[in-house]
Amino acid sequence: MADKIKVLVILCLLILFLSYSFYLYKLNYSSVHSATTLADKGKILWQTKNCGACHQIYGLGGYLGPDLTNIYSSKGDEHIKAFLHAGTDIMPTFNLSDSEVTEIVAYLKSIDATGVAAPSKLKIKQDGSIER
Amino acid sequence: MAALKDNKPKENLSSNNTIGTQYIFVALILLLCTLLFGILGALQYVIPGLFRNNFSFEKVRPLHVSSAVFWILLSACGIVNYYLASIKGKLWSNKLYKWQWYLLIIAIILILSSYILGIFGGREYWEFHPVLAVPIIIAWILFIINVFKSINGFRNQPVYIWMWMTGVVFFLFTFLESYLWLIPAFRANVVKDMTIQWKSYGSMVGGWNMLIYGSSIYLLDKISGTEKYSYSRIAFVIYFLGLFNLMFNWGHHIYTLPIPKYIQYISYAVSMTELFLLGRIIYYWKTSINTAKKHYHILSYRFLIAADVWIFLTLLLAIAMSIPAINIYTHGTHITVAHTMGATIGINSFLLLSFVFDMFNTHNQKIIHKITIGLYITLAALFVFWISLIIAGVIKANWQMHNYTSIPFSVMMHTLHPYFISFLIAGIVASIGIFIIVFTLFSYNIKQKS
Ligand code: HEC
Ligand code: HEM
Repeated sequence: MADKIKVLVILCLLILFLSYSFYLYKLNYSSVHSATTLADKGKILWQTKNCGACHQIYGLGGYLGPDLTNIYSSKGDEHIKAFLHAGTDIMPTFNLSDSEVTEIVAYLKSIDATGVAAPSKLKIKQDGSIER
Repeated sequence: MAALKDNKPKENLSSNNTIGTQYIFVALILLLCTLLFGILGALQYVIPGLFRNNFSFEKVRPLHVSSAVFWILLSACGIVNYYLASIKGKLWSNKLYKWQWYLLIIAIILILSSYILGIFGGREYWEFHPVLAVPIIIAWILFIINVFKSINGFRNQPVYIWMWMTGVVFFLFTFLESYLWLIPAFRANVVKDMTIQWKSYGSMVGGWNMLIYGSSIYLLDKISGTEKYSYSRIAFVIYFLGLFNLMFNWGHHIYTLPIPKYIQYISYAVSMTELFLLGRIIYYWKTSINTAKKHYHILSYRFLIAADVWIFLTLLLAIAMSIPAINIYTHGTHITVAHTMGATIGINSFLLLSFVFDMFNTHNQKIIHKITIGLYITLAALFVFWISLIIAGVIKANWQMHNYTSIPFSVMMHTLHPYFISFLIAGIVASIGIFIIVFTLFSYNIKQKS
């Protein structure tokens, strides 16, 4: 294979890749609400406490604990607060202050508003793709 | 033609080439750390609440995963440096090589200790405090400069050289991309944040795989004593396909997110090309047996074959998971973990070990025998390990598709307990196998030196 062809193929792929990347960076992920400052603080807390090592959002994360994408609408904020204060046999208590708990709840609420994560709620189509 | 000669593996040089050895040494220690933390993590699945108060899963998991990623990255860097030095006679700059080493080591020590102190980056799957990314970024830029300068030109290069060049550049791009979340506007929208997060992490794997697969092609040619494959048209076609996959097939991580449907279609269509790759790999596997067997790189050869078996198993699972209709079952279950660990142990680690045994080639029958036993133990246990995770995943998949409202999470997890036990036991046995391999290598080399 001539060097010219190799360079050409790589350049084409690179242009496609970069266009796709920047398109996705710019894309307006439509109906989804942007997080409030409170939720943003909650998100940072979620990360610094590494909740994602045991929990998933939209199925992504560690697998020792349950998925929490829609915990806000299914169990409510009091339930979440109770878990955060008391922990469980497996989940440590993080000694969170009341305001930190409120921030995490705000984060979980903002995630909940983006959609339903349960795979059973997705429709499988003839062509093997899936749809909400 | 001149360039072709220039790239011919220079056996005599590689025997006194010490470039990369310290990378491999530390990487192997990280491999042992991976095993230790993996077992500690699996223990927490089997004995819920174990170490809850001071060494809980949110510490053990990143310790395990980051040790694994660093084992792979560090040994891949070491091997590419080593092979480049043996191909070219020397690296362009030993100074850059040394600085790359110091920066990576500092980063690794700081990152692993930060987890123990409870400081996290908190994003899946490879995160640490963002400041600690800085030494890695600088080390990687030095690496890129050294790789490109050592290669010195695009003319008539074999496929592995292209793969190394692409791999180093893509790794840096995706690594930087994975930090876009630091910009508040990026992370404000969780779906966008997760899309870019998995876009970058998905492609990053492709980046280091380019380094590893490139090295394996170099090794295949070196063992067989020809350069047939690394200059062939088909090698380049597979390389381009791999590159294409690296760029576009990450979407299977996020099929179930509320994202535009074309992201799903693009990944779905792209992933199917892997079927083609699978066909080629099996074909070349057959031919590689014949040529390789004649030669005397028996340990490298055995690890290459072991990796090939796992390429086959992993690809079957990967292709299934890239079909959205199947992905909604496997997503969020231990089938994903089976896939990830199957690939990182079965493919990446075995290939890396085959390079390690190319570096430290031995004809001592006793050593070869011991290491082969270690390999067979690992292979057998890994299969049980993998199957246990898949079964646990299938049961969870059934729960999340049909019963998740009526059966609580903790009850479902309880039904997975037997499979977590076999996962743990198989993991311990596999770790013993890997330990035998690494320990034999270490003690042999220490004896040689003294
Ligand atoms: C060591 C693992 C671990 C970590 C770390 C962890 N959790 Fe948990 N969490 C669990 C487990 C396991 C459960 C499920 C308990 C059960 O269902 O019996 C749980 C349950 C929950 C629940 C209740 C879910 C439900 O369905 O009722 C919430 C809310 C929660 N965790 C939030 C968090 C947050 C926020 C963090 C981070 C600050 C966190 N968790 C960190 C393991 C963990
Ligand atoms: C070379 C050896 C190994 C490598 C490279 C490796 C790599 C990995 C990787 C990359 C992950 C992340 C998986 C994901 O998020 O999908 C992971 C998770 C994990 N590994 Fe390993 N692993 C190794 C060995 C082991 C062993 C021997 C055990 C234990 C017996 C183990 C137990 C675990 C556990 C418990 C998890 C976490 C699963 C979860 O998220 O809940 N690993 N490993």
